[in-house]
Order: sequence, then structure tokens, then C-alpha cells
Amino acid sequence: MMKLLEGKLGWGLLLVAGLLFPFMAGNDYHLTVMSTAYIFAIATLGLNLITGYAGQFNLAHAGFMAVGAYTLGILTVDYEVSFWLAFVLAGVVTVLISLPLGWVSLRMRGHYFSIFTLCVGIIIYLVIEKWESLTHGTVGIMGIPAPTAIGPITFDTPVSLYYLVFFFLVLGVWLMRRVVDSLMGRTFMAIRNGDDLAEALGVNLMRNKLMAFSLSVLYAGLAGALYAGFVRFLGPDLAGAEHAFDMTMYMIIGGLGTVLGPLLGALMVPWLTQYLQALQEFRFLIFGPVLIFLVIFVPNGIVGTWVARRARQASDAALKEAKQAKEHTKQSDAAQKE
Amino acid sequence: MDIFLQQVLNGLTLGGIYSLVALGLTLVYGILHVPNFAHGAFYMVGAFVALKLMTGWEVNYWIAMIGAAGVVAVIGALSERLVFHPLRHHSGLHPMIAAIGLLLFLEAGALALWGADFLRMPTPFSGIVEIAGVTAPVQRLMIIAGAFTLMAVLQLFLTRTVAGSTIVAMAQNRDGASLVGIDANRVAMLTFGISGALAAVAATLYAPINLVYPAMGHLVITKAFVIIILGGMGSVPGAIAGGLIIGFAESFGAYYISTDYKDIISFVLLVVILSLRPQGLFTNGAR
Amino acid sequence: MLEIEHLTKRFGGNTAVNSVSTSIEKGKINAIIGPNGAGKTTFFNLISGVHKPSEGTITFESRDITTLRTDEVARLGIARTFQSTTLFDNASVLDNLIVGHRLRTRSGLIDVIFGSARLKEEERVCREKAREALDFVGLSHLENRVAGDVTQEERKRVAFALALATAPKLLLLDEPAGGLNPDETLGLSELIKKMVKHDLTVCLIEHKMDMIMSLADKILVLNYGEKIAEGTPAEVRANPAVIDAYLGSDHADV
Repeated sequence: MMKLLEGKLGWGLLLVAGLLFPFMAGNDYHLTVMSTAYIFAIATLGLNLITGYAGQFNLAHAGFMAVGAYTLGILTVDYEVSFWLAFVLAGVVTVLISLPLGWVSLRMRGHYFSIFTLCVGIIIYLVIEKWESLTHGTVGIMGIPAPTAIGPITFDTPVSLYYLVFFFLVLGVWLMRRVVDSLMGRTFMAIRNGDDLAEALGVNLMRNKLMAFSLSVLYAGLAGALYAGFVRFLGPDLAGAEHAFDMTMYMIIGGLGTVLGPLLGALMVPWLTQYLQALQEFRFLIFGPVLIFLVIFVPNGIVGTWVARRARQASDAALKEAKQAKEHTKQSDAAQKE
Repeated sequence: MDIFLQQVLNGLTLGGIYSLVALGLTLVYGILHVPNFAHGAFYMVGAFVALKLMTGWEVNYWIAMIGAAGVVAVIGALSERLVFHPLRHHSGLHPMIAAIGLLLFLEAGALALWGADFLRMPTPFSGIVEIAGVTAPVQRLMIIAGAFTLMAVLQLFLTRTVAGSTIVAMAQNRDGASLVGIDANRVAMLTFGISGALAAVAATLYAPINLVYPAMGHLVITKAFVIIILGGMGSVPGAIAGGLIIGFAESFGAYYISTDYKDIISFVLLVVILSLRPQGLFTNGAR
Repeated sequence: MLEIEHLTKRFGGNTAVNSVSTSIEKGKINAIIGPNGAGKTTFFNLISGVHKPSEGTITFESRDITTLRTDEVARLGIARTFQSTTLFDNASVLDNLIVGHRLRTRSGLIDVIFGSARLKEEERVCREKAREALDFVGLSHLENRVAGDVTQEERKRVAFALALATAPKLLLLDEPAGGLNPDETLGLSELIKKMVKHDLTVCLIEHKMDMIMSLADKILVLNYGEKIAEGTPAEVRANPAVIDAYLGSDHADV
């Protein structure tokens, strides 16, 4: 049964479920929750690439999401740029900003990189808060237009917005799976396993890390732009610690180093918090210890552990077969001797 | 000239605080090779505990400071036991993520217990003193005195007491230390405890001229990390020197360049230095 | 094949490698021995580009590689194993090896996005090379086994296979027999001889004297970062400076 759900069939089922969701959802509120979850899922997929696959814990990820969001917000509200042009520019600007940061920080190993990005994240928050002439400071940007129509399709209802975001999520997952299953993905994993060994295998560390970093930041920036168009107003809080930690949470629960893991995490956890309504603000009272518990006892997350178990099963099956084959030849050898 | 001296005073004040916070952080990093992202939360909890002791229980400022130091020391030791000890063989991502989890928990706890408002801490030192044409608020002088006294005490503790030397031994060579019978677990808890106490004292010293709120540790912690990267992970003199450098850079920068962006100064320093030497200013090769 | 001239490396006040000159001979089994702390691994690190030398030059097949990065050195055909190898414990053995041939491929982001034919072909080649390397070290039957489950000796062979998948000309092996019992050590020696028979050049650091003496064609002896002897096993065995370094001067006349 489980085997059926693997691979293409499993993803196909998820796709169908996503397409049918609006018909099963009770009301617009549920659609909004799910759509927001999709937006953060896209960003989390990006974070998973640089952290889960390439092994560099990027604490500035929410900051980059904010950069994308604010780029779109500033361009559409203050400069009346059309939505989709601003959307593309949001991605471009975010990646451009990240390149020098990446070039400086990716040369640092492990801890230093994370400390550096922690600082970057906080600085982005500060700049957004203080640079009022550009970002409207703590007042925030309001009245961001909804995504403009593409041909006959308009995006002014929760349902249409849902499908728009869903479309981008599917696109994001599709691309991410391609990257991760390819030689490039394997290279990232080799880097995560150990810089030294990866380099000894001929991997150009800087180039590959920058590639992973830029891709991950692109996801963050575009997710941010989507967020801006969806929620229609922005404040410095988007760059705040909360969102960065939320996404880390999704990754760990789902499982670092898989694509399905962070996706599931990003979809399930917000719903969990919805049910714990009152606790929303204090959710980290629970999530903090949960995170610690998972990291100690279930470091591969839900999906990761499942994947590891499947690999173990395949391995044991192969071992069994080999043993049986050995027995078989032994028996036939013995039979021949007689 | 007056203005210059004023900034010197500010620099010493800030430097003292930053050094204390960085000291706690660097001790932990030196022993356990874990960047304790929750250190900012230790700082924040210290301020809140002191504040509540002073306002709720009418305790004297200094006693409240000691109380806060004690509470956070315990929190630190507990953190070591429950969070970092199980992860001591994991390197890389997991201890960092766990530290984040701890940070989240402590901040949420503070939010739940004490609310999100920005609170004021009353101080017994509200006077002003005139020295050589410089107006020196007594609180600032107390900060400087308190911080540097504590640093001296810490240095004496590390070099003159047996407990202190076990910490130094472990920082230099963990395996060697356990070979000569030093209990790594005790030392780890002690280090975390001291680290927490230092943060709490720094927060309590600084709170009267700032505000107390759940996110107050964020900026301080970034500077503390900058300091220990610049001064060398695990180096006590490095943390002190680094703290003073950043403190002075910020005071002079705030006055002569811009107050809004003064917090970016330390960060810019970090970027510049790490661009030139990605392994930090002082490294013995261990990471 | 590999010419090393006056190679020196200083770390602050400590001179780890002091003006060592030697050559690694093509098609032969070269060995580096010396007491602990003699600078052997640092020597490897200098060749494979982990450290930049303070002085001296390294020439590989008439090409100066002194200042090259590790990945550039690998691409030129110098592969290296480490004393301990981290594998993806949760993935299969074969899965671990596929990335070994990556350095000979050219697919980039565009290929990945469009699922190009080049990418598919290169992935097929990498997989094939991984299988070949695994077969060479005699572990084909472990192809689908979870990497975390294999024995220490098998792990070492997998590390070899990984290095072989890079299609190298020269293999630097850092203490390959570390932690192995005499039978396993013998098996490893056979594997090394097999590599040389297949046109590879090997240079290894080892502490196991019987293995080195029976295996190596040429031995370089280091002590305190300096070369104290060089030559065939017979020559080195009789060299008083070598005996002195290992056993102390009392035994120098033995």
C-alpha cells in the first residue's frame, strides 16, 4: 500500500488533492490559511535547498523573503509598476542583493555562516524599519494591488488567488525535485556531508554553494512577492525572527534533505497552530521544545525517517536475496558432489 | 573636547556591557563549540527577573541583580543538561537548530509571563555627576564600574581557582581534561551557568538606561557574536577587547555618523573582517 | 609524475613540513612513513591543495599545481582519501558513489531545469562509473546496501571506490589500513596492487610496517617535517637515521 504512494503516484495524489481543496474547504477563511501556507511552503522549499541539501543554515531567509515582498510593494505602490513586472523584478532584486552576501558568507564554514546570516537577517529588519523614505518604516506599505489579470483570468477572489498560489507551489516543487534528484542535487548533498571530501571529489565549493544559495533566495524572494500580492499590506515583521523560525520548524518536522518533508511540514504545522488558536502568539512555548526534541530524537524528521526506513528495507531485502542465492548455490554444489 | 569625552564615556559604557555579554558567549563556545543563539534570551530573562524582583517584591537593585544572575545561571545549567548535552556528538546544524528552539521557547515564555510591552526599570542611580566638564549620569558610571569589576573577578576566577582552571583546561583540550579526571559534564554546566549569570548582570546594568522587552536580546546578541568572531572564539581577553572596540565604534559612530544606523556599524566591521579573513581574526585552526 | 621541490609549510611558529624534495613515480606504489606528527598528512594536504605551501613547488605531469585549489587538483587527476570518510549513512552504497564522477561532467542549471539529454547521459555515465568502481573494489554485492550498515573494512573500500570514480591518475591514500586486522590489511594491499596493475599510481601514508615493506616500491621517510630517508624498502630498512627516528638512538647500530 505504502509503496503505491511513492514516486509519481504519490505526487499525483497530492496534486489532485490540492486542486480539489477549494471544493472541500468550508469557507474562504480556510482558503486563506491554505494559500498562506502555500506561500511559506515555497519559501521553505528554498530554505531546505541551502540548509537541508547544501548544509548551510541560513538564518536570513525570512529577510530575503521580506526583500522580495518589499520590492514588489514599493514598485507597485510607490512607482505604479505593473504587478507581474514587479513580481519578476522582486526575484531579480532579491537574488542580486544576495550575491555579494553569499560571496562573502559562503566562504565561511558552518557556524560562522549561520552567525553571519543571523546578523544579516536582523540588519534587513532594521533597515526596513528605519529607512522610512523607501520602505515606509513601521507604518508599512498598504494598498498593494492584487495580481493583475492574465488574459481572461482575474485574481480577485480567494479561490482564484488560491489557484494562483497553488500553481506557483506546484511549479516550485517540480523545479526543486528536478534540482535535487539531479547531479547538481547530489553535489549539494556531498557538500553537506563534508566540504573537504566534496572538494577532494572535484567539486568547486564556492560556485556550487552560490548556486544553491541563489536558487534558495530566488524562492524566498518570489514567495515574498506572492505574499505581498496576497496579503496586500506589509510591515517590517515579515523580516522578523518569527517567520525564519517558523520555516526552520517546518523543515525539521518534515525532514531536512527531502522535498516532501518541508512541504508537508509547511502545510501541516500552520493548520495545527490554527487549532491551537489561542496559543498562536505563544506557539513557540510548545514549538521550541518540540524543535529541540525532534533535533535530538528524530533528527531526520517525519519524512526523512520514513525515507531512511524504506532504504533500510530495500537494503535488508537485497541482503536476504543475496543470502538465499548463496544458500541455493551451496545446496546445488552439495547436490552435485553426490 | 567635552563631546569627545562624552563619547568616550558612552563607549566605555557600551563596551562594558558588550564585553560582559560576549564573555558569556565566548566561554560557552570555547568549551562546547556551539554558538549559543539563545544567549540573547538569557540576557532578556535576566533583565525581566531583576525588574520583577524590584517592582513586584520591592527588592534592592543590587540584590535583584544577584537574584537575576542566580535564576539565569540555573536556566543556563538546565539548558546545558537538557538541550546541548544530548547533542554533544552532533556537529553542524543540529546544535544550532536546538539553540534556536531554546531561544524561541524562552522568548515565548517571556511574552506569556510578562507581556510584549516595553517596560522601564527604575534605578537607584538617577543622579548626574560633573567630571572634567563631562556630564556623567551615575548609572553609566555604575555600569562601567560594575562591568569591569565583574570582568576582573571572572579573570581571577578562571586563573586562580580550581573550578576556573577546569574550565580553561576543557577549553584547551576536552579529551585531555577528562583524562586527568575533570568531569566534563560538571564543567559544561558550570560554564553555562556562569555564561547566564554574566548575561543577566549585563542586562540588569544596562536596563535602566534602556527599556525591557522580550526582543531586547536581539541586537545585543548580534554584537556579541561579532565580538567573539573578531576577538577569537573562547578568548577572554579577545571578548573584552572586542567589546570595547565595538562599544567605542558605536558611540562615536552614533554621534558622528548616524544614530539610526549605529547598530549596523558592528555588522559592517564583521563583513569587512570576514571578507578578508573568513576564519576570523584569531583562529587556532579548530572550528 | 609528481615532482616536489623544497616544499615547506609553516603554521605560525611551527614548521610542519621543512624543505622536502621528492618525486612520486608513475605506475609505482609510493609510500610515506614516519613517526606521529612527522608531517605526513600535512604533506598530503599540500599536494591536494588544502593548504598553500609557504615555499616550494609541486609539479604534476610537467604542470605547476602548487597554488591550485583542491577541486582543481582533483580535476587534474589526483584523487585522495581521508583517514575517516563520511558517507551518507542513510543512502545506498551505490548512491554514495554516483557523485564521484561529477567532476567529469558539465551539466549546469539550464540542463537541470530542462532535463536535457546531456544531463540524462551524464547521469547514466556517473552511475556506470560508480558501478565499475564498486566492482573494482570487489563490493558489487553491496550496491543496494544502506551505507551505514557496512563494515569498517567495506567502508574503506567504498572510500577507495569513491576516489576511483573520479577517474584519477594518482591516488593519495591516507592511512587506508587504519583500524583493520591483518587479514583485511592483506586484502587492501591486494587491492592497491590491482590499482597499479590498471595504470594507476598510488602514494600512501601508513604506519603498518609489514604492509609497507612488502607493498611499496619507493618509500619516503619523514620526521619532524623533514625528509630523513628515501629509497626502496631494503634501503630504508637499513638506514640508521630511520631506525633512530623510530626506535631511539640506542638501537642505531643494530
